[in-house]
Amino acid sequence: MELTRRDAVAALSALGLGGTLAGCVAPPGSEPVDTDRLRETLVAAAEVVYPSEVSGIEPFVTAFLEGRLADRAHVAGLEEAVAELDGNARVWYDAEFAALSVGDREQVLRNVGADDADEDPSGTASERVRYYVVNDLLLALYASPTGGELVGLENPQGHAGGIGTYQRGPNA
Amino acid sequence: MTDDVDRTPVEDADVCVIGAGPAGGIVADRLAGAGREVVVLEAGPRFDPDDRLARQERAIRPAYDRPDVWDGDPERDAYESTGERFYPLNHARARGVGGSTLHWQGMVMRLHEDDFASESARGVGADWPIDYADLRPYYAAAERELGVAGADDNPFAPPREEPHPMPAFPPSYSDSLFAEACDDLEIAMHSVPNARNSEGYDDRSACVGYGTCQPVCPSGAKYDATVHVERAERKGATVIDRAPVQRLEHGPDALEAAVYATPDGDRYRQSADAFVIACGGVETPRLLLLSESSHYPDGLANSSGLVGRYFMDHLFAGTGGVLDEPTRQNHVGFLTSESHQFYDEADAEQAPFKLEFFNYDGPSPVELALTGDDWGDDLLARLRSDYGTHIGMGGLVEQLPREDSYVGLDPSTTDDHGNPVPDVHWTVGDRALETIERVNEIQERILDELGAEITWQVGPEGTGPAYHHMGTTRMGSEPTESVVGPDLRTHDLENCWIASSSVFPTGGAMNPTLTIAALALKAADHVESAFRKAV
Ligand SMILES: Cc1cc2nc3c(=O)[nH]c(=O)nc-3n(C[C@H](O)[C@H](O)[C@H](O)COP(=O)(O)OP(=O)(O)OC[C@H]3O[C@@H](n4cnc5c(N)ncnc54)[C@H](O)[C@@H]3O)c2cc1C
Ligand code: SF4
Repeated sequence: MELTRRDAVAALSALGLGGTLAGCVAPPGSEPVDTDRLRETLVAAAEVVYPSEVSGIEPFVTAFLEGRLADRAHVAGLEEAVAELDGNARVWYDAEFAALSVGDREQVLRNVGADDADEDPSGTASERVRYYVVNDLLLALYASPTGGELVGLENPQGHAGGIGTYQRGPNA
Repeated sequence: MTDDVDRTPVEDADVCVIGAGPAGGIVADRLAGAGREVVVLEAGPRFDPDDRLARQERAIRPAYDRPDVWDGDPERDAYESTGERFYPLNHARARGVGGSTLHWQGMVMRLHEDDFASESARGVGADWPIDYADLRPYYAAAERELGVAGADDNPFAPPREEPHPMPAFPPSYSDSLFAEACDDLEIAMHSVPNARNSEGYDDRSACVGYGTCQPVCPSGAKYDATVHVERAERKGATVIDRAPVQRLEHGPDALEAAVYATPDGDRYRQSADAFVIACGGVETPRLLLLSESSHYPDGLANSSGLVGRYFMDHLFAGTGGVLDEPTRQNHVGFLTSESHQFYDEADAEQAPFKLEFFNYDGPSPVELALTGDDWGDDLLARLRSDYGTHIGMGGLVEQLPREDSYVGLDPSTTDDHGNPVPDVHWTVGDRALETIERVNEIQERILDELGAEITWQVGPEGTGPAYHHMGTTRMGSEPTESVVGPDLRTHDLENCWIASSSVFPTGGAMNPTLTIAALALKAADHVESAFRKAV
């Protein structure tokens, strides 16, 4: 199933992040942010945590990240989580996370403990990677109409999908 | 954290309202509209409407607990629970402009006629000193104030004089599955009155289906009391947030001032001619108890000794399971069908109860996706197997007022201002517990008829509160047996009224807030007529 621009807008507006997706957004604040590195890492992680039947991951994640960049505190947390992934990838595979094969990326996510951890934005490294990378991506997907449809729920929680769908049967 | 808001008292205030939930908001709006100089003191903050989507994210993400959604503060909101059952007070309220309606579900029904005459009609509980006919015009006005979407299809509801302000939300797909089973069992289903816009109302949008109504509606389609607080401000009322009232200063017969704290550590005295306490069913008795003096050593308005006594909530009873077909749950966060068929069978042994048909049984996939140790295809397979076929029912059951169920003070623990915290000592009683069994039986019959495999049940053991705090400053005609009179004024203090479910003598089994709103309108009328008489 193809993720669309509409999905990214929906995911962003579910989080109160505008959703205009106009051009490239520079995050506010004085510290320069390497947005390419954040984007490449998130796209690379999405290829692990998203199911194989979705396509269109790169533009979807790029658009979603642009919305997130408006929040300086979120960006700081994300940068740390990305540094964590890159650090582990360098130790074990001698390359940055985004440069690894999908299988090796999955192993790095497991190495840092993001699989068993409960998300916590101010917790341990595992909990922060779970929050800023794994769960943020899963939230973006499963609060969007396409993500919901994968599960059979075209109006998932967080998406303002109107009041028609709850009345409809499965074959409507 | 301080800000540069002016929190000094209002000079020459006619009315001081304490608490900015629906009760306080409605009273403030009415009295400001009548030309009174009104000041509202609210313990919690004023929330920025632009943050609602960020709060919605907190509602969905497992990193946040429910009280975090509306910035609950464990020190400010500290409490004790010492009764036979734990009472999770901070899941049961929200603090700030809007009060607990920021968090609420928003089902609003009128009490039944017998609920006002429990002792006479059912042989247990306490009669109200007013009856349904007294409250009926206020109910109609309350439905207009909150904006209620409802229909005239409930044969068990008390008589009404006019349609609801908006049409009811149509039934859900899962309601249609229930309807077949209920038809066979001769159980009538009907719509649920919702304080939620089924079409644009009051400059607020129609519901757009975010599905996170409880604890936050980002669109404003669900009523919350910011509606009335802001309306009161437009009519000239002053609202001071982050201003918890510490104590009510008084003479022998009247209140003189509300002493409140502000974030920068100052304390102020707000004087007024009339005071309306609208702090909810737990903080209202607490404030009265905290305001003790040598003249009133047991607390204010407490010559009956009943302030804090008779604490009641509604008990939840539920049953659910899975079908072998899709049930289409979790599209929206509210209910569209109920049954009040068994409600008026109530007597001394059986409590009144209502049945609810869920539209959100089973897990929400997005919340499920954020927990677990899988991702990718494995996660999707888990979501597909866990979501889709759940079906469930709830119900609310009345508990009787009992003196050994109470809200008191716990001097051994203090809040962020050094005041003893509320001690919620909740006791339920056998009539309610036995009625829960009956509710469970009916729920099982319906689910069996549907062909569901039952997978969960909340019965007498596992039951919990519905977050409706009632009874702690009960209304009655006799000053020895009640705290406020039928005019909602305290028997002891001539210029002090209470607007809250704390005045309910017996609770019924209907969600209380429409009745709270009706009583708030009535209280506002009594305050206004006291002003007119004084002139
Ligand atoms: C999860 C949830 C779901 C609910 N669902 C429903 C429903 O579907 N239908 C229904 O009818 N009801 C429901 N309720 C209950 C409903 O929210 C309450 O009945 C209603 O909000 C009570 O209104 P109130 O104005 O009396 O009190 P509140 O709304 O609790 O407001 C009281 C206000 O007073 C303030 N305050 C307290 N002490 C002080 C002080 N000392 N100084 C200054 N301010 C003070 C508080 O901070 C608060 O803002 C639900 C509640 C919860 C928590
Ligand atoms: S479903 Fe609930 S949260 Fe969503 S718009 Fe409607 S009332 Fe608000």
